[in-house]
Amino acid sequence: MVQYNNARLDASFAALSDATRRGVLEQLGRADASITDLAERFRMTLTGIKKHVGVLEQAGLVITEKVGRVRTCKLGPRRLEEETAWIERHHQLWDSRFDQLDKVVEELKQKEKTNERNKNK
Amino acid sequence: MNATRTSEPTPVKNPTTVERKSEREFVVTRTFDGPARLVYEAWTKPELLKQWWAPKSMGMSLLSCEADVRVGGVYRFVFGHEGSKTMAFFGKYLEVTPPSRLVWTNEEGEGGQAITTVAFEEKGGKTLLVLHELHPSKEATDEAIGFGEGLRETFGQLDELLVTLRAAR
Repeated sequence: MVQYNNARLDASFAALSDATRRGVLEQLGRADASITDLAERFRMTLTGIKKHVGVLEQAGLVITEKVGRVRTCKLGPRRLEEETAWIERHHQLWDSRFDQLDKVVEELKQKEKTNERNKNK
Repeated sequence: MNATRTSEPTPVKNPTTVERKSEREFVVTRTFDGPARLVYEAWTKPELLKQWWAPKSMGMSLLSCEADVRVGGVYRFVFGHEGSKTMAFFGKYLEVTPPSRLVWTNEEGEGGQAITTVAFEEKGGKTLLVLHELHPSKEATDEAIGFGEGLRETFGQLDELLVTLRAAR
């Protein structure tokens, strides 16, 4: 579960590491757009913009839908929310810490048991 | 503002829950299979803290760990993260009530101190731990975990972008 989410975050950050792709997201935040619209706005070839949209789509940030000859792009359902990312980071930190704390508590319990047994001898 | 994440429950592992209560505070809960006095001991003895505080699975290690656990006493943990520069985590204890409650300040952040309260509640040999962290500002809460500048920068960019996206909606 956590690993799945990490992979998702990695893909999202990789997608966001590029200025054009961030621009595309901002644009789609305002309104849906076709590949042709985006190519014009960002002064790129259709192939070039398709590549960027593909990366965003793989990260789940954008979805595309082909109607007739036009491919429309919009923000994806798995749009990365700041809140989710924040919770995820904290969850990961505390969960891995507490897994280690489990072991420490278990060791203390064992030690106590051993001491108890020795006392009763 | 109340997004929650719970890990998958498995027979051997208790779930950790993280909940953001407000812009400035969040709460982490977890049950441990042991009495409160032992869980408390693990939070208050430096040699034990050293064994679990730094999450190894995230590439972090605790280089030094000093903690004078009494009211007014100070603590200082120094972390290393995958060969990058070290990070110190320090503050002082405000309340020390064995084996049920610990309160400390965290003072390495800019713009004021954070206050962490940990409550240990024993029930049937198990301990429910509730950790509450209160930060001086929303920004400080967002920055609460320093995993190195790279990630912080990435998240900063993401935050900006999300603000833009949200404003555009």
